[in-house]
Amino acid sequence: MRSKLAEWQLALPLGLAFAALFLAPLLLLVGVSFYNDEKITQLGVGSWSGFFGDAFNYKVIVDTLLLGLKTICTTVVIGYPLALVYMDLSPRLQKVLIFVIVMPLLLSVVVRTFAWIVVLGREGVVNSVLLGLGIISEPLKLLQTELGLVISLTQIEMPLMLLPLISVMSRVDPNLRDASAALGASRWRTLFTVILPLSMPGLVAGCLLVFASSTTAFISQTVIGGVRLIYLPLVIWQQALVVYHWPLAAVASLSLMISVMTVIAALSWIGRRSGGYVNG
Amino acid sequence: MGRRQSVGDISYGLVIGTLALLAVTIIVAPVIIVLLTSFTNGQAIKFPPQGLSLRWYEQLFDASKSGQIHKTAGNSLIIAAWSTGIGVVLGTMATLGLARNRARLARVADGFFMSPLVLPGMTFGLAALVYFSLLGFRPSINLMIAGHLIVTMPFILRTTSASLSQLDPALLDSSQSLGASWFYTLRRVTLPLIAPGIAAGAFLAFMASIDNVPVSLFLSNARTDTLPIRMWGMMESTLDVRVAAVSGVLITAAFLLMLVMEWTVGITRRMRD
Repeated sequence: MRSKLAEWQLALPLGLAFAALFLAPLLLLVGVSFYNDEKITQLGVGSWSGFFGDAFNYKVIVDTLLLGLKTICTTVVIGYPLALVYMDLSPRLQKVLIFVIVMPLLLSVVVRTFAWIVVLGREGVVNSVLLGLGIISEPLKLLQTELGLVISLTQIEMPLMLLPLISVMSRVDPNLRDASAALGASRWRTLFTVILPLSMPGLVAGCLLVFASSTTAFISQTVIGGVRLIYLPLVIWQQALVVYHWPLAAVASLSLMISVMTVIAALSWIGRRSGGYVNG
Repeated sequence: MGRRQSVGDISYGLVIGTLALLAVTIIVAPVIIVLLTSFTNGQAIKFPPQGLSLRWYEQLFDASKSGQIHKTAGNSLIIAAWSTGIGVVLGTMATLGLARNRARLARVADGFFMSPLVLPGMTFGLAALVYFSLLGFRPSINLMIAGHLIVTMPFILRTTSASLSQLDPALLDSSQSLGASWFYTLRRVTLPLIAPGIAAGAFLAFMASIDNVPVSLFLSNARTDTLPIRMWGMMESTLDVRVAAVSGVLITAAFLLMLVMEWTVGITRRMRD
């Protein structure tokens, strides 16, 4: 039998790969952001002060974070009820529903984004149905609006919300719900005082994944949002591959990382606190 | 249940039911609509489609007209196969090494390996581009494999460590007390039992690599473009109807793969747990 030290060494190759291909690039990116010029010769904080000296960039950061929060809201509002319904289904129907939920996750984001162009476009499904019913006389402009983008991201990110939610909810003892009903609580009250607090870890995990994914969803943001809606990933892409100003691109991408990580830390803090409340 | 249905309970059923129905519609409808649109006979992407035909699929499978798309699809498959293959070996080794280790450093390492899941992909993509360029590497398939290896690793680790934690330690103890070596136990007991978990993780990692945009966006050039990047280009310029046909192929492939993985390793159960 091997000693503990030898077993631990099995993780070394992956550790080295992550150090060389993940940690080192990220550290280098931080280094590059402290250069003033695009040739990367002159050390300084010029790129940081330049980026944050421009009021436009604040708006882009705020818009990016708001986009993530709006997507969280829509996925929770329709995803949570679907998870509740899932709990009441027979095992057979549960299998079908989980298949339906997981399936889009395995479908390329590009395909899902394209699907929403077909649905929301000028000659798309929504417009032809509404025009056909005579509800509107002019096609609605849904693409290149934030509304269209949030609707699309709701579908694109939905599996990330539902999987952790369903996973946690399946572990909630069904007797608790029955006990709550037997003691006279309405179904609304049972939802808010029993099920919601117990499913909080899943809800928070889902929110984290949805937020992280929707704020960095470059393809959906550029294709559905168009050129007038500008989010941080587009700024990073432009600075890195169009303007070739890597220090500025580094500042933009580190700003994305720091702001996203801050919101994620805040969300998990809320999650831990509410978890403590339930257990205490 | 003998309990009387109150107004509150009826409103609960209505509200929750309607929202859940909306959720299912929003998840499923776009996929079906794209499938239908791909069979259009018209020149433009419209719904309902203008007459049904397979003309866009014929164009897509015609190597002389869509050679570029075929090449990018080939690149995607090669990158996904290599990054998943290397990832499974490194990921399984690391899981075996860390699973029973209670040291603080082991927990930190675990969190470190899982962090690509929440770190913005655009940040890592740019970091990889800057890093490899300053080291003097030119864009190549190898760099893409290295980048994809990192971002798909969490999928492999999650399912592998989940199946390893369900493994009864008594099996390992009895194998060892019967005189089997550490390696023999690994080969004949541990690996066969966690194989479905590894397979599920490999499948998810493979699909995540095929789907990856942020890393490919920064690390690819015209020669090493992957299918999603190519499709993005087709969507941004003229709305080529072949995008619908490619989508149709990808939807069908994902559906079939999903069925196979469900029958063999119970993929949905592993993703839920």
